[in-house]
Amino acid sequence: MASLVIRNLRAAIDGKSILHGIDLQVGAGEVHAIMGPNGSGKSTLGYVLAGREDYEVTGGEVLFDGQDLLAMEPEARAAAGVFLAFQAPVELPGVGNANFMRTAVNAVRRARGEPELDAVTFLKLARAEAKRLAMPEDMLKRNVNVGFSGGEKKRNEILQMGLLRPRLAILDETDSGLDIDALRIVAEGVNALRGPDFSALVITHHQRLLNNLVPDRVHVLLGGRIVRSGGPELARELEATGYAAAQAA
Amino acid sequence: MSATLSDVTAKLLERYDSRRGALPGSLTRRDAAASSFRIAGLPSVRDEAWRHTSLRLIGDIIGRAPSQAGTVSNLLDRLPGVDGGRVVAIDGQVRDDLLRQPDGVRIYRLADRPDIALDRPASRQLTDLNAMLAEDGAVIEVAAGVDAGVLVLASLATGSVDAFHPRYVVRLGEGARLSLLEFDVGTGNYLHNAALAVTVGRGATFLHARVQNESRTAASIATIDLDLAASGVANSFTLNVGAQLARAETHVRIVGEGATAHLNAVQLLSGRQHGDVTTVVRHEAPDCASRQTVKNVVTGHARAVFQGKIEVARAAQKTDAYQMNQSLLLSPDAEADSKPQLEIYADDVKCSHGATVGELDAEQLFYLRSRGLPLPEARRLLTEAFISGALEEIDDVRLRAPIEAAVAATWAEWQQ
Repeated sequence: MASLVIRNLRAAIDGKSILHGIDLQVGAGEVHAIMGPNGSGKSTLGYVLAGREDYEVTGGEVLFDGQDLLAMEPEARAAAGVFLAFQAPVELPGVGNANFMRTAVNAVRRARGEPELDAVTFLKLARAEAKRLAMPEDMLKRNVNVGFSGGEKKRNEILQMGLLRPRLAILDETDSGLDIDALRIVAEGVNALRGPDFSALVITHHQRLLNNLVPDRVHVLLGGRIVRSGGPELARELEATGYAAAQAA
Repeated sequence: MSATLSDVTAKLLERYDSRRGALPGSLTRRDAAASSFRIAGLPSVRDEAWRHTSLRLIGDIIGRAPSQAGTVSNLLDRLPGVDGGRVVAIDGQVRDDLLRQPDGVRIYRLADRPDIALDRPASRQLTDLNAMLAEDGAVIEVAAGVDAGVLVLASLATGSVDAFHPRYVVRLGEGARLSLLEFDVGTGNYLHNAALAVTVGRGATFLHARVQNESRTAASIATIDLDLAASGVANSFTLNVGAQLARAETHVRIVGEGATAHLNAVQLLSGRQHGDVTTVVRHEAPDCASRQTVKNVVTGHARAVFQGKIEVARAAQKTDAYQMNQSLLLSPDAEADSKPQLEIYADDVKCSHGATVGELDAEQLFYLRSRGLPLPEARRLLTEAFISGALEEIDDVRLRAPIEAAVAATWAEWQQ
């Protein structure tokens, strides 16, 4: 059974139409890549799925495990298991990273009817996760994303993903600005979650990430529509021939 | 019909005339204050220093039948459990039975040392009113070189007295240290018009925090006049969460070289509360620093005011003065007014000030919600983060803990 079903999804921002009818199904346990040039609507798709209010859904529907995702508040989507790794993670001055993550994890646990984690248990978990991502421990003590390098911000997103254990992760260009080692670590972070209850939508420009994180399906998004879909070989083809050729094909 | 300010002024002067014979201390000083008050009266919004804060509420309080009295024991229960000295006043009357006098500290009641108690501060309308009608208060002296630890100065108002004007003097000898925690609570309708004069001796350290959590129907005016000698340190923090109308006014005069003054404040205002933090920092000596961080969080129909004046005299070269006021408006009808003023007569100084007014950031809220935080929790986390920079300025954890507790209680109240 497909965990994510998108039918004829249309969305606009500030009255400007961006998505012109997206159809996409991601089965449980599958990883799909969305590729396409800048301005094709990739990030909009991620934001709409996560529930950002300034994007207006103008048509279509999205079902997540059979639920009407578009009718849910962003926090309810998170509780249901949707996670968006932001392309540009937001800085929160004055909010400690560990405190933020514990608040988030416990909010989600509460919504799922699970007991909350106390500070000690949580910190142990967070430290182990941070170590796996080769993050310095002091990143937990710092304010959320404040003064983080681009790569540190991306890793911090993956850290949150690991702690929140989503059922659907949307990674919005998490690979951009990462060096080879960081890329491998991020891919490992996602691979570690792979299983029958985890699906991912990986938005990227580059084939590079997909070498480490091999997708089940690859889709090309152009001008707000999916113009082509294929297996992992499509990503390699795009790298060689470009998006314009993909559309013509 | 509410009384006009001049009606209230007249009532207060009548009150002085009828009580004059029974007041402790020299009448010369009180008569002088009364004649100034007779001329100036309660300030109106036409007075530049009171442009953003109307005292009309006082007209609804003075001379009306006293409100239902709260019990003293309930109010005592609200005092923070802090080890150290303690001065407790109930409706402005210092209670000997509740006094705890730490080693190295002398505490006199106003009636025992009226000469010192009535000497300062400078004449202004509200401090004149205080000097004219003050019935009680205390003189607190920390001897040179003594670390007096924490002293709690608590004001409990039962609502059975319509107005009280306590007067306190704190004197720190050379190299002395004191952490003063003022804690103002109460029930009912009343005017609490306090005056505190502080002298920080050479190399002495005065750490101060005030929790203003008065009755939501009270008017709370607190004026601090602080003189800072060479190498002295003053670090003062005010939390305005209570009262219908609150004004915390602090005048710092830096008279010796190498001194540092920090004046920070947080106001958390809801409903129809009006909170005003007014500061005047006067640099008269070279090589001194002053820093001010004032944060307002305003919701409902409340209004926050910050007025901050920095004066740098010609002699005060190498002054480093900084002032920042930031307001967060959580509702469409909330309001914040900021009035920074710089008057600089020295040429080699570093002075900066800034003011911002804003709402919670939509992108930050979405980020938190996308991580599962319900909207109220996301708002609260960002609001806490907004004031955290000001709370961190409280160096003494013994002072910071009661402030944080009062902040947490206020959030809890707001969520109801």
